[in-house]
Amino acid sequence: MTHVRVLAGDRDVASLISDLAAAIRNDMESFSDGGPWALVGIRSRGDVLARRLADTLRPDHVGTLDITLYRDDLSEIGPQAIVRTTEIPFGIDGLNIVLVDDVLMSGRSVRAALQSLMDMGRPKRVWLAVLVDRGGRELPIAPDHVGIVLSRDIDGGLTGGELVNVMLRPTDAEDAIVVARYAPAADHAGTVAPGDDSG
Amino acid sequence: MVSPPQKSRWPHKHLLGLEELSAADIRFLLQTARGLEDVSTRSVKKVPALRGRVVVNLFFEDSTRTRSSFSLAASRLSADVLDISGQGSSVSKGETLRDTARNIEAMGVDVVICRHHLSGAAHQLARGVQCSVINAGDGQHEHPTQGLLDLYTIARRCGRDDYNLSGLTVAIVGDIEHSRVARSNIHGLLKLGAGVVLVAPPTLLPRTFADMGCELSNDLDSVLPRVDVVYMLRVQFERIANQAFPSIREYAAVYGLTTRRMTMAKPDVVVMHPGPLNRGLEIDSAVADGPNSAILAQVTHGLAVRMATLFLVCSVDGKRRSE
Repeated sequence: MTHVRVLAGDRDVASLISDLAAAIRNDMESFSDGGPWALVGIRSRGDVLARRLADTLRPDHVGTLDITLYRDDLSEIGPQAIVRTTEIPFGIDGLNIVLVDDVLMSGRSVRAALQSLMDMGRPKRVWLAVLVDRGGRELPIAPDHVGIVLSRDIDGGLTGGELVNVMLRPTDAEDAIVVARYAPAADHAGTVAPGDDSG
Repeated sequence: MVSPPQKSRWPHKHLLGLEELSAADIRFLLQTARGLEDVSTRSVKKVPALRGRVVVNLFFEDSTRTRSSFSLAASRLSADVLDISGQGSSVSKGETLRDTARNIEAMGVDVVICRHHLSGAAHQLARGVQCSVINAGDGQHEHPTQGLLDLYTIARRCGRDDYNLSGLTVAIVGDIEHSRVARSNIHGLLKLGAGVVLVAPPTLLPRTFADMGCELSNDLDSVLPRVDVVYMLRVQFERIANQAFPSIREYAAVYGLTTRRMTMAKPDVVVMHPGPLNRGLEIDSAVADGPNSAILAQVTHGLAVRMATLFLVCSVDGKRRSE
C-alpha cells in the first residue's frame, strides 16, 4: 500500500548535516553577540537533528520542544495527538536560539514552536534551520538554513499527498530522506505518521 | 520503514472508572500527564490546546481540592470553566440529574465533570448526554482521576518510567468498604502489575475484594514491613452509618500510621493519602509531613493527570465532530 522512494542515503544525509552545521556556526560567529546560544529541536526528528548538530557545534544548551499542545489542527488529528515532554531546562530570556526541525512544509509546526518558546520567556533572536524544505508554505515563515530544497519541478514531482520522512540515527537504524506515497485506500494519509512533515 | 497511519491511541470519550480502562489506556494517559506536568513550572502556565472548549464542574457533593484541581487543569489548557454545585441550584428544586445535565449541555458544553453521592451517577449521565463525562467521584464506586494520580505518583516515586508497577506491593489501609478511592486504586494497581494488600478492621473489609485479586489483612504491623507503598485512607465519618469500630482512639492505635509504626516499614516506603487528612487519627503529623510522604506530590500530580484526562477526552470528542 505504500510506495517509498529514497532521496538521500546515509552518506548524503551526513554531508547535509555537516553543511547545515557549518552554516549555523558561521551565523553564530558573525551575527550573534558572542553570548550564550542554544539549539532547540522540535519533536520528533528535529530533536534528534539538534543533538546531531550539537555534537559538532557545541552550543551552550540543547533543548527539545514538544509542540502538540500548540498545534492548530488538534481537532483533526484527534486521538493521534501524543503529548511528550518539553525539555528546556535552561532560561531562554535573552538567549540566541536556533530552532531545528527535520522537514519544513506548511510552517505551522514552526509557528507552534515559536508560540511555545514565547510562553517560556523572551529569546533575544530565533533562527530556523531545517534539513528538508519541501515547499507548500501556508504561513509567512522562511528558514535561515536549509539542508536540501525539494520542489514540485524536480525529484520526479513531489505532490501534496506524499510524505517526506527523515530518518536519523540513533532514533532510527539509518540516516535517510525518503518520500512515501500512500495508496488511496489508506485513510488520513499524511497527517499521522510520527516524524512526518505535517508542519 | 515508514509508519502507516496509527490506530486510535485513546478511544474513550468518557472517563467513568479505571475498571473500564485497559493497562495500555492507563499508561497512555499517564504518559500524556508526564508531558503536561512541566506546563505548571513555566513562566506562562497555560497552553492553547483546548482553547474555545467549555468545561463544566457539576458537583452534587462537597469538594475543594478535586474541583479546584479540575478548574485549574481546564484553565491551563485554555478551556472556559463553569462551576455548578448541587446546593442552591435547580437540582434542589427537584430536577433530575439527566435534565440538569441536558440543560447544561444545551449551552454548548464539551465536558461535564460530575461528582455525585450515588454510585453510577456518572455512568447514568454519560448515557443521557452527547458531551464527554468525567467521573469526579460517584458514591462508593470510583474516583478515577484520584486513582490515576496515585498511580502516577507511585510510578514517579519508584522510578517506573514505563508505568509498569510489577514487583511493587501496595498496602491500602482503612475504610475499604466505603472508599471509591480504594476501588479505583485497586483496579489501576492490579492492571499495572502491582500487588495489593488491603488492611482494615473486619467490619470495613468485605471479603469480596479477595475475588479481585487482593490480599486481605486485619493486621497492619505484619503487612507494613514488606510493602513499598502504604496508602492511608481517610476515616469517612460522613459515610460510616453505624459503629464500624469501637472508638476512634482504638482505630488510631491499631490502624494509624504512627511514627513508631513507621520504623517497621522499609526505609524508602512511600506514604500516601488522598486528603483531607485527619491528623493524629489515620496518620501522625510527623509521618504526613516526613520525608517518606508523597501527599503533596499527589496534589501536584493531580493537576497534570486531570489536564491529560481533559485533553484526551476532548480529542475523541473533536474527532467525532469532524467526521
